[in-house]
Amino acid sequence: MTTTEATEPAGPTEPVEVERTIESPTERAQRIRYGSILLVLAAVTILLAATTGDGRAAFGLLGGSEVLGSAAAWVGILVLLAATVAAVVLPFTGRAPRATAALAPLLLLFAVMFFKTKGSASFSVPAGATAWTLAVLAVACAVVWVLRVAGGRLNGLLGSIVVIGFFAAFLCWAVAGKNLAFPISNQFQGTLNFATPLILGALAGVVCERAGVINIAIEGQFLFGAFTAALVSSTTGSSAAALIAAAATGVLLAALLAVFSIKYLVNQVVLGVVLVVFATGVTGYLYDEFMQENAADLNTPHVLTAVKIPGLGDIPFIGPILFNQTVLVYLMYLAVAVVTFVLFETRWGLRVRSVGEHPKAADTVGIKVSRVRYSAVLWAGVLAGLGGAFFTVGYGGAFVKEMTAGNGFIALAALIMGRWHPIGATVAALFFGFATQLQSQLQIVDTPIPGDLLLMAPYLATVVAVAGLVGRVRAPKADGEPYVKG
Amino acid sequence: MTTDTEPVVEKPPVRRRSGLPGWAVQALVSLSAIVLALVVGAVLIIIGDEKVKSASSYFFAAPGDTISAALTAVGDAYQALLVGAVGGLNPIAESLTQATPLICGGLAVSLAFRTGLFNIGAQGQLIVGAIFAAWVGFAWHLPVGIHLIIAVIAGIIGGAIWGGLVGLLKARTGAHEVIVTIMLNYVAIYLLQWLLTTSAFQRPGRTDPISPIVDSNAQYPQLSGNRLHLGFVLALVAAAFVWWLLNRSTVGFELRAVGANPDASRTAGMSVGRAYTIAMLVAGALAGLAGTQQVLGTDLPLTDGVAASVGFDSITVALLGRGTPVGTVLAGLLFGALNAGGLQMQLQTQTALTLTTVLQAVIVLFVAAPALVRSIFRFLPRERGLGAVLAKGWNG
Repeated sequence: MTTTEATEPAGPTEPVEVERTIESPTERAQRIRYGSILLVLAAVTILLAATTGDGRAAFGLLGGSEVLGSAAAWVGILVLLAATVAAVVLPFTGRAPRATAALAPLLLLFAVMFFKTKGSASFSVPAGATAWTLAVLAVACAVVWVLRVAGGRLNGLLGSIVVIGFFAAFLCWAVAGKNLAFPISNQFQGTLNFATPLILGALAGVVCERAGVINIAIEGQFLFGAFTAALVSSTTGSSAAALIAAAATGVLLAALLAVFSIKYLVNQVVLGVVLVVFATGVTGYLYDEFMQENAADLNTPHVLTAVKIPGLGDIPFIGPILFNQTVLVYLMYLAVAVVTFVLFETRWGLRVRSVGEHPKAADTVGIKVSRVRYSAVLWAGVLAGLGGAFFTVGYGGAFVKEMTAGNGFIALAALIMGRWHPIGATVAALFFGFATQLQSQLQIVDTPIPGDLLLMAPYLATVVAVAGLVGRVRAPKADGEPYVKG
Repeated sequence: MTTDTEPVVEKPPVRRRSGLPGWAVQALVSLSAIVLALVVGAVLIIIGDEKVKSASSYFFAAPGDTISAALTAVGDAYQALLVGAVGGLNPIAESLTQATPLICGGLAVSLAFRTGLFNIGAQGQLIVGAIFAAWVGFAWHLPVGIHLIIAVIAGIIGGAIWGGLVGLLKARTGAHEVIVTIMLNYVAIYLLQWLLTTSAFQRPGRTDPISPIVDSNAQYPQLSGNRLHLGFVLALVAAAFVWWLLNRSTVGFELRAVGANPDASRTAGMSVGRAYTIAMLVAGALAGLAGTQQVLGTDLPLTDGVAASVGFDSITVALLGRGTPVGTVLAGLLFGALNAGGLQMQLQTQTALTLTTVLQAVIVLFVAAPALVRSIFRFLPRERGLGAVLAKGWNG
């Protein structure tokens, strides 16, 4: 990756050889902090393994394939292993190899699943033994992390194994001895569903805040988007019109945010909260006065249908999850790629980041600070409005008052956990989606934990992550500061 | 290039400096903001009104009909709002009842503001306070007087724990309070929902999430025979306490100093982390007090709707009150009156209650942008040094 990345924790990057052997005090502190959290996670995994019940843990799969189950899975596994080894051993620098290595265990797990099912709808493992294996693996990885074997190059891989091991052991613990199989395909499908609006909202926040405008109003943009999408879809019957209208109202609220923060220099955190209240009030009022009584005409949106991408959609297991989705989900994929590219590889992106970091310097070299900020906030409005559309035309159907239920604030949390980086924000949003879906699945399988406590888990995890993992997060330097030329 | 890229503050101060004191200028701006909000509300009332809708279908034939229908609709709605808020003893008592938790919640947000913290967590702190107070209220059985005091203290402690945790995390790890408070709001809501399914909290014989009614000894005594209770007096006492804390105590001086400039305060030998922890502890306590007012004053059993939207409305109350105790009390009274009047308006003219939410948001929006208000009402004098404490980003 590039060295211009503003999220790089240390200042100027050190030479590669030094990175391998010498550890700066910051890195050391970070290693100990991350390591202790991983150790705690591993210890919890042991606890889970020790209390796992007898019997087998059953997992349901959709779209497993016999063909892939035998030959292709092995090929996939070997390729992944090779890629992981290459990522760790070859002298690449930066984040890409670590990210590859972090992703490898997950893909490996997927590959094993094709292999394990051999086309059948479910498979089961001995719960206790599996949980113990995972626990031992997690502990080993956490210890290796703390001891800093191989100069931290294994970190992505190790962290990923501990986290996946924890969740897998948790699942074994939760469904051990149950007759119902835990539906794994549903789990990933639902993760994507819950995460789609969060990702769009978080990306909107990234674009805004990289330009130096704090956006707490994502929730309000969601509400506007959800409301107009439902209204336009019901009255015109056109899904395209609904999405365009949702994006437009997202921009409308973004325009309020932009004008008040850039022109009238209103404190942006205050402004965001007020705009959320405003959007809640306006959509609530219009719903009460118009939509509720004419629900048949005004609030029966046409929910988007899934479109299967030929070829990709036929891949066993992954295909139906990723490539048999609504157009809104595809737009989300596109948005992640485009925002990442535009922000880090284009002239406009560089300008956005520069006015967010040091508007005065940007102004000195002739960048129109206010104009760049306006454009960033308004484009972000498109993303957030589309995210809002997901709640009605993308998934749920009819509009209900305050239906976004705080998802805009979760998107904000995802953005901060993801350290103001589009990919980081996406991963954090996926985590929230995963946890939400896991909770609803476990309710069905009837686990010993009350649902409300499970619902609480992702929020507690965020507190722990913000306090422990992310630490002193560094926002874009001028984020939230109005720029006054002079 | 274009004029819209030029910030308004840029203009040289051509306007005369008025001889009015600062608070009078602020009051004028706030009043203007309320007028503007009522105009926005009037537009919404007109487009929502049935008679206007039918008259507008023949607008070009007889425009007078539409206009008179619109004026009648707005007049009726606002009259109902006014009568419901201050038209007589009962409406006033209802307004004060509605204002009670808003004042305490608003103080919780204001105090954090002055220390440079943005406390979005009044909702969660209020819920935890209500949980503590309710449990002491129905599970313990103590004599008159003592029971209420213990229950209120329990609620205050509950809120203080929830708020202090945020301050402690901020001081120790640098975890941003906005994120932590948002997350702890959710944790508190789910904690409440879960508790209400356990045998310790759920009312025997009920399957819905509701607790037993708190003992009559633990309830706030009623003032004047309607819903208004002693909690309102406590809210005013709390405001006086916050005023004393901020303006007359050493701790308050530290809080304000840290809020104004944490780096300078650190250089001056103050502990910024300590200030954050204390501010959030006290803010949580105030929100917890609001929780006791809800559960021991108006609701009586604990339900999962105990907080309603009080915690979030507190933020707008604090913003309108500009972070000062007196302003917060006035803003709380205004919003309480709007809520009480809004209910009457909904009953009498079928104008949806959500209109008051819009009014509240628009009022705060205009108050936060005095430059905009001034560009509409040109006679308003300029204001000095507004919101310097509040103008901060994530890194502040």
